Amino acid sequence: MAVDEWHGYWVIPSTLFVAMVLAVLPLPVVLQHWRPEWLALVVLYWAIALPHRAGVFTALIAGLCMDVLEGALLGQNALALIVITVLALLLYQRIRLFTPVQQSAVVFILIGIHQLLCQWLQTLEGAGARELTFLLPALTSAACWLLVLPLLRGLRRTFQVT
Amino acid sequence: MGARLALALVVVVGLILADLRFNTFSYSRAFLDTLLSPVYWLADVPASIDEWSNTHITSRTELQEENERLRRENLVMQGRTQQMASLQADNAAFRSLLNSTALLRDDVLVAELIGVSPDPARQQLIVNKGEDDGVYLGQPLIDADGLMGQVVEVGALNARVLLITDATHSIPVQVNRNGVRAIAEGNGSLTALEVHHVSATTDIREGDLLVSSGLGGRFPAGYPVAVVASVDRDPGQAFARIVATPSAALDRSRHVLLVFSDSRPDEEN
Repeated sequence: MAVDEWHGYWVIPSTLFVAMVLAVLPLPVVLQHWRPEWLALVVLYWAIALPHRAGVFTALIAGLCMDVLEGALLGQNALALIVITVLALLLYQRIRLFTPVQQSAVVFILIGIHQLLCQWLQTLEGAGARELTFLLPALTSAACWLLVLPLLRGLRRTFQVT
Repeated sequence: MGARLALALVVVVGLILADLRFNTFSYSRAFLDTLLSPVYWLADVPASIDEWSNTHITSRTELQEENERLRRENLVMQGRTQQMASLQADNAAFRSLLNSTALLRDDVLVAELIGVSPDPARQQLIVNKGEDDGVYLGQPLIDADGLMGQVVEVGALNARVLLITDATHSIPVQVNRNGVRAIAEGNGSLTALEVHHVSATTDIREGDLLVSSGLGGRFPAGYPVAVVASVDRDPGQAFARIVATPSAALDRSRHVLLVFSDSRPDEEN
């Protein structure tokens, strides 16, 4: 594959930034446990769509930013994001062929793994949740994938990100 | 991918261990916090717009009504403070009789909430005052009704506050009625504090006000912390199970006060 000019290189960081804003947007207490993992969704999308542009290091940097924003253990989100990004990178050729609904099932599993890893690392610090509510974002994230996918795909095509 | 993955994993695991074991990053975290603060400002825009519209797009009658209400409140407050001066003088006199130091009034700084930690397992707030305003590590934060938490991270322009209800937070308290001392621990729920290791025979009942005791030197004494909601004395257990409801509106306050108290550690000065 001929590596040519990297078009629209600013699109990926911008979408990551927007995802971070969404991730810290204040929510009513009732909805707090249901907040989708926006950043993980965006990282997953770029890893699947452009595996040569977004991968392990993107996940590392995005995850560390999220750790600082959340006030979490430094590396917690980063580790979880790296693991699911690697899984997505191993599967991306298959995932691309799936219908959006099938993809959202894969996203459900991946975000579930993300949440479990975060939970384990939080418990190391003594701040873990006591209930299984930490798994709820997997459900909402899977649902939001159906929204994020066409949106980011539209962005990628409009700005011809390669 | 293998080499990159290995490198990234080494970096991350190293960071986790360093943060967990040695707590090495307080300075770099504060720097990163400042770098990433635009994220919080942007996320706060809807709330600011709401607040702006509340103050600027209100009808005349509503404003008049509010003014009226505040006037009445003010009158009541002033009525209550009339005796304050004499009471304070009394208190100072008694304290000098007891040879104890005079209580100093704490200075406060009004701050505004600009974010809450998105992780429901972590109860932290971000306020819009930082090192530039003199905020320091460990500084107590209160609202109109009671103690909220303490500053755990100071950036240049904003600071991160750990709430008293966070699962990793404990605060020394005493019962206002009789001075019984205890420790109130957060359990991760915004509406409850657990008071541990209080023996079953201790005089503490439902409705008791718990105030900060000032022991430990982190929080100034005398700020309301919580009201005892339930006391469960099980004869089979060595300790009573006590749950208290925080006095401060932890999930509602937008304007908060940072307290500059004398208990500030010397090395920070």
